[in-house]
Amino acid sequence: MSAYTPPLLPSDDKRWKIVNGTMRKNGFARHALIETLHTVQSSFGYLDDDAIRFVAQSLRVPLSQAYGVVTFYHYFSLKPPGKHTVTVCAGTACYIKGADKLIAAAEKKLGIAQGQTTKDGNVSLMVARCVGACSRAPVALCDGEVVGEMSREQMIEQLERWTVE
Amino acid sequence: MTIEELEQIAKSVQQENAKYDYELNVCMDLACASQGADKLKDALVRAVEQSGKKVLVRRTGCMGPCSHGPLVRVDPEDTLYSKANAAHAEKIVAQLGSEPVAGLQCDLNEHFDSQVRVVLENAGHIDPEKIDDYISRDGYKALLLVLTEMTPNGVIHRITESGLRGRGGGGYPTGLKWGTVAKSHGDLKYVVCNGDEGDPGAFMDRSVMEGDPHRVIEGMAIAAYAVGASKGFIYVRAEYPVAVSRLTTAIREARRRGLLGNNICNTPFSFDVEIRLGAGAFVCGEETALIASIEGRRGTPKPRPPYPAMSGLWGKPTLINNVETYANIAPIVRNGGKWFFNMGSERSKGTKVFALTGKIANTGLVEVPMGIKLREIIERIGGGVPKGHTFKAVQTGGPSGGCIPAEMLDVGVSYDALLKMGSIMGSGGMIVMDDTSCMVNVAKFFIEFCMTESCGKCIPCRAGTAQMHTLLTRICSGTGTMDDLELLEQLCSTVKEASLCGLGQTAPNPVLSTLKYFRHEYIDHILNKRCPAGVCNMESQVEVMA
Repeated sequence: MSAYTPPLLPSDDKRWKIVNGTMRKNGFARHALIETLHTVQSSFGYLDDDAIRFVAQSLRVPLSQAYGVVTFYHYFSLKPPGKHTVTVCAGTACYIKGADKLIAAAEKKLGIAQGQTTKDGNVSLMVARCVGACSRAPVALCDGEVVGEMSREQMIEQLERWTVE
Repeated sequence: MTIEELEQIAKSVQQENAKYDYELNVCMDLACASQGADKLKDALVRAVEQSGKKVLVRRTGCMGPCSHGPLVRVDPEDTLYSKANAAHAEKIVAQLGSEPVAGLQCDLNEHFDSQVRVVLENAGHIDPEKIDDYISRDGYKALLLVLTEMTPNGVIHRITESGLRGRGGGGYPTGLKWGTVAKSHGDLKYVVCNGDEGDPGAFMDRSVMEGDPHRVIEGMAIAAYAVGASKGFIYVRAEYPVAVSRLTTAIREARRRGLLGNNICNTPFSFDVEIRLGAGAFVCGEETALIASIEGRRGTPKPRPPYPAMSGLWGKPTLINNVETYANIAPIVRNGGKWFFNMGSERSKGTKVFALTGKIANTGLVEVPMGIKLREIIERIGGGVPKGHTFKAVQTGGPSGGCIPAEMLDVGVSYDALLKMGSIMGSGGMIVMDDTSCMVNVAKFFIEFCMTESCGKCIPCRAGTAQMHTLLTRICSGTGTMDDLELLEQLCSTVKEASLCGLGQTAPNPVLSTLKYFRHEYIDHILNKRCPAGVCNMESQVEVMA
């Protein structure tokens, strides 16, 4: 094993150690790029410039490649998520059962478009390609929790509950 | 681990289970879990403790009829309770041994009668996190049989003999693929499991990975032995956290039992599996794109040949099969190729799992023998289109498939028949649409999907899908012309023929199939500025609404 000294952690935030752990587990191999980005996103909630730079440097991957990968895959986010996130599934079964109406209702209620977060950073409205709960369409994930056969009223109620908090 | 030890484990599980008078199997798959199956299970455990009865409460994978969930099955009676919740727990336990709880029992005989369970044989019967449960139902028997009694060629012969074809959608003969990888030269080879179930509206692979993860691992290990690989990767969507966690547990347990790792069962065969997470890119279901993604790069496909069987992951010979394909391997090895060959239709053997969803009474997972009529799946198993609406089309194959109209429902399901109808088998999504669905809008929905998911590498797909989307948007808003329709048809053939990979080559299918069977709806939108299903906002109406 050649002696490779990875760069220092960006700060003493403990989460960087978790990120570093993923890279070490993979021997700082380049193919661990996506795995590592997953760890960053699950630890920090999103990927910022510092994180991308740190991971690219540690794995000796050109910044262009790292940025290319981050922006290629839908799962990675460059923006911090809101305090709450509602993710409406837009898979085929959900579309057939009116997911577009749920999205429209949420957009109207929150005054933002899909993919955005309210100005106060309280709620993010995301759209997923398919969460695999098709038998209960239309489906939305409210802070990760699956809500099946969701009605427009339920959507608005949920959003109001979050706004009151 | 030897066959005898395996049988010993199976025996001890059976002895343990025999201590109980009843089993309460609680479905904890996503659909049931989202309706309180967790609380139901906890309440059942408490109720059992209080009652003093000898009852085993078990968490299981998907039982199938999700729309009736949360589901509880009482064994040995085989009573199925639907829409059960924590409040029912005491009653369910109290009634064990006498009449089933009134009003809770559901009669789904019609739904289950015409199904044949091979891939889903363990679903609803084992705890997916317990390897011993899997072993007690003949789990890993096939792997040990292969390692101790069969040559790699013998295994390939058996798979070839079974007639199994790839369940990811294309239907390439599995035995042939294995044979090619086996013949490829190289000291290092890989087997990869494609669990990137990107087809929106399909969740068969999720349920298999979550409900019976060892079956996938066993299938991969047998494949690795047959082709001469020592390392495997399971590529799973990051959107399936439960599948990832179940597979992680399963791999750990299999290692602990010596069923993965070095010198498995004291033979020279060594094999281990790692999980790789997808990151939300539909194109990664394409095998060369999937390889790029495992290597940590953008998931863009490469022209084939060379096929991954020759030069795949890191340039090494690589076998890539879908989750359901691997899930079929162990039963084929155990029961013989002929057993499998005798199920299904002439050129499509065995069974197929479908995720039946949309405008249908019984949504959920079904497993049927190949060759079964679409009508039987939709009307008998699925219970038909609910109240007051009429069936319009069934969509198979997702964004690469097509819409099949009512007049074609008596066709038997097979790779070739679906292709002939302008759709494809696909991975197994089956979405039923009724008269409230606009077929032009459906086509637009899929083209929008393909447009967003196009990786951008080749022009026909990148620009073609975008142009098709523009034309369909015009038609859907009532501003399209007959010239647009002609152009759309031209584009379909260009994109189909000239695209680099399967994504682009099949992207026009939803448009072509709706044009073939529902052309009148397109014409209605263009000439009469009317959406027969009332889905599309025609421009004139938009103004009124604003």
